[in-house]
Amino acid sequence: MTNNEMKAVRAHSASGSLGEILCLSSLFAGTVINTVCKFAKHSILTLAASSLLLAVAPTLRAQTIGVSIPAATHGWAGGLNFHAEQTKARLEAANPGLKVVLVTANSASEQANDLEDLVAIHRMDALVILPFESAPLTGPVRNTKRRGVFVTVVDRGLSEPGIHDVYVAGNNAEMGRVSGEYIKERLDGNGKIVVLRGMPTVIDEQRFDGFMLALEGSNIEVLDDQYANWNRDDGFTVMQDFLSRFSEIDAVWAQDDDIAIGVIQAVRQARRQEELFIVGGGGMKDIVKRVLDGDELTPVDVLYPPSMISTAMELTALKFISDTPIEGEYILGSPLITRENAEDYYFPDSPF
Amino acid sequence: MTKIDFKTAGPFIALVALFILGIFVNDAFLSAGNVSNILARSSFIGIVAIGATFVITTGGIDLSVGSMAAFISGCMILLMNALMATIDSLVTIIFLAIVASAAIGGLAGMINGLLTTKAKIEAFIVTLGTMGIYRSLVTYMADGGTLSLNFTLGDVYSEVYYGTLFGLPYPVWVFLAVAVIGYVLLNMTVFGRHCFAVGSNESVAHYSAINVDRVKTATYILQGLCVSIATIIYVPRLGSASGQTGILWELEAIAAVIIGGTMLKGGYGRIGGTVVGALILTLIGNILNLTDAVSNYLNGAVQGVIVIVAVYLQRGAWRAKD
Repeated sequence: MTNNEMKAVRAHSASGSLGEILCLSSLFAGTVINTVCKFAKHSILTLAASSLLLAVAPTLRAQTIGVSIPAATHGWAGGLNFHAEQTKARLEAANPGLKVVLVTANSASEQANDLEDLVAIHRMDALVILPFESAPLTGPVRNTKRRGVFVTVVDRGLSEPGIHDVYVAGNNAEMGRVSGEYIKERLDGNGKIVVLRGMPTVIDEQRFDGFMLALEGSNIEVLDDQYANWNRDDGFTVMQDFLSRFSEIDAVWAQDDDIAIGVIQAVRQARRQEELFIVGGGGMKDIVKRVLDGDELTPVDVLYPPSMISTAMELTALKFISDTPIEGEYILGSPLITRENAEDYYFPDSPF
Repeated sequence: MTKIDFKTAGPFIALVALFILGIFVNDAFLSAGNVSNILARSSFIGIVAIGATFVITTGGIDLSVGSMAAFISGCMILLMNALMATIDSLVTIIFLAIVASAAIGGLAGMINGLLTTKAKIEAFIVTLGTMGIYRSLVTYMADGGTLSLNFTLGDVYSEVYYGTLFGLPYPVWVFLAVAVIGYVLLNMTVFGRHCFAVGSNESVAHYSAINVDRVKTATYILQGLCVSIATIIYVPRLGSASGQTGILWELEAIAAVIIGGTMLKGGYGRIGGTVVGALILTLIGNILNLTDAVSNYLNGAVQGVIVIVAVYLQRGAWRAKD
């Protein structure tokens, strides 16, 4: 989402709540609906009117869910933004009393500012946040929580326990394990593989450890592992060098779909498509499409879904539109995407 | 023996030393495939660095080249995908994209140049600004994701990166051609001498009736054109561009220029050295990928040490002769 669009969203939501307040106060005053109300949403009018009729006055202000996520600066985050916007549209269409304010940040400090705005300007009732970094955002989220906001944390846990009401995350170790299991099974426990890793971070470490654990006890030899920085160019370069160095490679674990794209090109350049297969990760549409088309080079992919933001937003919305208890921790699986189920994971309109 | 010889030989000695190291590290190092990979790979940074040699020799700096490359890549891909609907000939589409690429590169370079000379803003700040601008523009164009070239078109265009002539990939020939033209321009023309003069002392150059602003702007335009050429051979490799394309190219290009013996403060530049510098940088990465003797965590440290040693060889030997 661009800054302009963000401003538009902010402006829209601000004018929306103003309209509602004017509208509701005029209703309560028993006056005829004035011209201001022409600009308010029809649904809110109905809601307000019906509450009047029933003589019940619950919180008449629309429930607001603030969603704060990192800006779309790389593929996965692009997918995250896409799914967040889709879910916002869906939730608001289905629940007229619910408002979703989506803000994106380019840094941890910008995200902390966003939280202040969400509380002060939008008076949010719930927050869904994918923290830019865990440590610097723990304090700001805790402050938000103290003001009575319902907090849902996504993917990156905060540094302090007990702040979130709901936690939704992917499972990096599981993602590595599923990839390892597939390669082990496909190679019948025998073979030589190379591994392209992301960057030296906790996420990468967990995936790698999960992967190596899954290979334990088999005769699969990891010839070498190198960092490819989660990008296509480095995936291409590192794979070229692996291909020069090893005359026999049975499988490649690229861990990430961007890396996998680079690997595919390097393998094609060396004309060694026949001898090996590649397992990526994430669920990028280009790779899922290849799986769907039955490409022998990329027979499967392992999901690490950016759509987890949708899971978190939908769950949080349940808090307001039903009595369903939702507090708790939700760890999403990393299913294997195969030709049979690829259709379910293919989002051709998503940027990721 | 003069000190100039040592200075010229420094980066070359480092290159040979790395080459020998590579042979010891892995037999595969000398394979035709690996050598051609190294050469083709170094062509991106190499071509950009040849442009940077002019800018730095003249006393300037351009930090925007990496994001400019990403931006031009993005523009080329969008343009080609759009033209698919109207033009049947794939070759014509690719040709038009190449022309557009050169135009955008030249224009982007001119903007950097004019902001530096006419608006009197330090080159560091101007290009830091344009670096941010191009980087976010490409992210915006790609919606935070990745721009991908139409598949049919990508297949035809990929020949530009993967095709070979006399056993060497096309990018290597392009690199060579740009290097030769750059060498002639810097060492055998009036313009080249003006670059040295402006870089040595701007005021003296000005009083010697050299149009300093024009020379400086011209170097930024050259830099932009070099980025465009690098992009033209980069896009067919993976057929995609994203916010991550060309990240840190500016630093690699500047490093290649300095390793090659050009002075960061301006006044002296060497195209041949720059070519060697680009090869050294690529070789380091290649050798590290060919061995598991060094922990992955230390790759950056090894690169740092080799860069410093390479420059020391050249500067140290030169100083000892004084």
